[in-house]
Amino acid sequence: MINKRTVLAATLAVVATSATAVSRDYVSIVGSSTVYPFATVVAEQFGKTTQFKTPKIESTGSGGGFKLFCAGVGVEHPDITNASRRIKKSEYERCHKNGVNQIVEVKIGYDGIAIANSKKAVRFELTRKEIFLALAKRVPDPKGGETLVENPYKTWQEVNSNLPAIKIEVLGPPPTSGTRDAFAELAMEGGCKKIGWIKAMKKKDKKAYKRICHTLREDGAYIEAGENDNLIVRKLEANPKALGIFGFSFLDQNSDKVQGALIDGVAPEFEAIAEGKYPISRPLFFYVKKAHVGKVPGITEYLAEFCSDKTWGDEGYLTDKGLIPMPAAERKTFAVNAKGLKNLEM
Amino acid sequence: MNNGAKIKPGSTMERVNANLAKRYAKERRFRRMGLAAIVISLMFLGLLFGSIISKGYGAFWQTYIQLEIHFEPEDMDLHGNRSLEVLSAVDYGGLVKRTLREMFPKVKKRKEKRKLYGVVSNGAAFQLREMVMNHPDLIGRTVQVWVPADDDVDMLIKGHIDRHKPESERRVKDQQIAWVDELQRVGKIEKRFNTTFFTAGDSREPELAGIHGALMGSIFTLLITLGLSFPMGVAAAIYLEEFAPTNRFTDFIEININNLAAVPSIVFGLLGLAVFINFFGLPRSIPLVGGLVLTLMTLPTIIIASRAALKSVPPSIREAALGIGASRMQTVFHHVLPQALPGMLTGAIIGMAQALGETAPLLMIGMVAFIVDIPANMMDPATALPVQIYLWADSPERAFMERTSAAIMVLLAFLISMNMLAVLLRKKFEKRW
Repeated sequence: MINKRTVLAATLAVVATSATAVSRDYVSIVGSSTVYPFATVVAEQFGKTTQFKTPKIESTGSGGGFKLFCAGVGVEHPDITNASRRIKKSEYERCHKNGVNQIVEVKIGYDGIAIANSKKAVRFELTRKEIFLALAKRVPDPKGGETLVENPYKTWQEVNSNLPAIKIEVLGPPPTSGTRDAFAELAMEGGCKKIGWIKAMKKKDKKAYKRICHTLREDGAYIEAGENDNLIVRKLEANPKALGIFGFSFLDQNSDKVQGALIDGVAPEFEAIAEGKYPISRPLFFYVKKAHVGKVPGITEYLAEFCSDKTWGDEGYLTDKGLIPMPAAERKTFAVNAKGLKNLEM
Repeated sequence: MNNGAKIKPGSTMERVNANLAKRYAKERRFRRMGLAAIVISLMFLGLLFGSIISKGYGAFWQTYIQLEIHFEPEDMDLHGNRSLEVLSAVDYGGLVKRTLREMFPKVKKRKEKRKLYGVVSNGAAFQLREMVMNHPDLIGRTVQVWVPADDDVDMLIKGHIDRHKPESERRVKDQQIAWVDELQRVGKIEKRFNTTFFTAGDSREPELAGIHGALMGSIFTLLITLGLSFPMGVAAAIYLEEFAPTNRFTDFIEININNLAAVPSIVFGLLGLAVFINFFGLPRSIPLVGGLVLTLMTLPTIIIASRAALKSVPPSIREAALGIGASRMQTVFHHVLPQALPGMLTGAIIGMAQALGETAPLLMIGMVAFIVDIPANMMDPATALPVQIYLWADSPERAFMERTSAAIMVLLAFLISMNMLAVLLRKKFEKRW
């Protein structure tokens, strides 16, 4: 048996060397599960209308995508990574360390994060401060003073007497999700900043400030429902008292079942997000490895497909899938960057 | 003796008779409980199948719309050139849009036009492109083409979208419903058997998505798994059962094989990532790596089943063979192995069925991906059936729910036929002593 194993290992090694010698003839894309529904549509369109093969897209999450993308140059590494946030300085440095020196950044549009409940219940109207008070692990003492206490609020009415007297129960994504990062940053921190003395902390002790603003409560009021947004929608339907956090595209597809809460008086609607009025929206990106352009066929053509108005424009096919387009001027800048393969400097 | 009057008071018989009724009742209770357990599990099974089939059978039918397409050379910007590149670059979406505008000439406003175009799937353009590329002689003619309807229209026709809800609460707008009703009246809309579902790869448009790519991925993966794990598993089992001496070392191996059979499958995925992809440098997302990882996973199952099959061959057979002068190798290969083979095959098929339903290890090696092209060999990127189910279940479009259930039905059919094969093989070759 030991002999067989050695034989197997040897055969594998032969297969492996012959496999790496063969170049890849399709574009390999990894990254964010939020960008995945948009990138896949472009990839499919690209594959069906050109002579190139359809790019392969893996949904690994933004962080996982950068890890694979920055692992090195060569056909065994992906060519493009999608991200629902901008590349971090640390990731950029990791890329450089592994020889991925030239990266092209392309912003593709915006995505709104909706806080929604079942249509059977009344529509919520929340402010970011209320969201923070309802969901943070530690909140300022309701009795006053500049101290933090474990979150005492059990019902929405306790947070603000205008809100309904139902239990706080919010279904949302787990910490691995880019949606969660963006929610913490835009909604939680956005509300946290409204409290004067916590805001003042930002300058003195940034770490403590972040910990206060970004930590969600763990006593059962915030329920991690997994990365499957469809599941959250179905759970909301079954439980009209609960609220759910997910991307705008899911709200758009399920507008007969769930309704988005008004945040700071603005409803999560296409126009409001596009104009930047809706407070919890974030940009979406993808990053291209310049060293692979010309080595793997189809990268520049894929970029051209993505950065055309029929794709990401105001009436492009990505808007049908729920992407919020950038203003025309911004689109133009990024299209030019993509065409010229402008190197990202950080 | 049975006559009650003759039994002496205080005798054994009296004591037996006294609790006889109780003993019978006990047995009846046990039988009823057993029966109830079976009924309950059958009910759950029925519920599962019922819900999957009732949700999924609709996906085998797809709404199609008939369009009258004029392949006018001047509309197609051909300039007399009929080379494949020119034909490939024609704006076929434009042709579809023009046809729709001709069908409903009253639609003038830009917003209304967009709604009108949304009635037909954008797969229609791909379909026309393929038609023209394959038969360039179509140019200049007028053809009646059945193209798939958009998934929202499909959901409306199938009754999954309630047309009585207020317009803002449904994805199909009033105008679109009016157009669909009009098309239905003139017989230009009909439900047909969804061949796309069985011939296409994945797609982001539910009406264009198919299971074929994932099915091929599963088949390639399983072929590799079977090809590697069956001979290796059987060889290991024969050696351990028939040739290996019993000592600490073989005991150690045996314990480890039993342990490996209980290791969570995701661990094998991590191992595969570290060994096959990071060390040997094989590409991600290919069935070859998937097959290798699943081989590692099924190997212990097959070894254990094969050893059990070898053990069940009576020792008298071995002794008889050795007695008439066969070598040990001849004994094993001429007499023991043929008797044990049905059991080994059953074990292998059950191991394969287990591998077929596995997603977790494939996640680690990149087989959870959006792949449109149907894999042609085991070096092409591919997904597998359970992965496809997972990906569709996670898609926002409503129509994918139906597709998900339909894909589960395909997977179940595959599984049931594999298990049937195992039963048949056993029935055919099994010997009893």
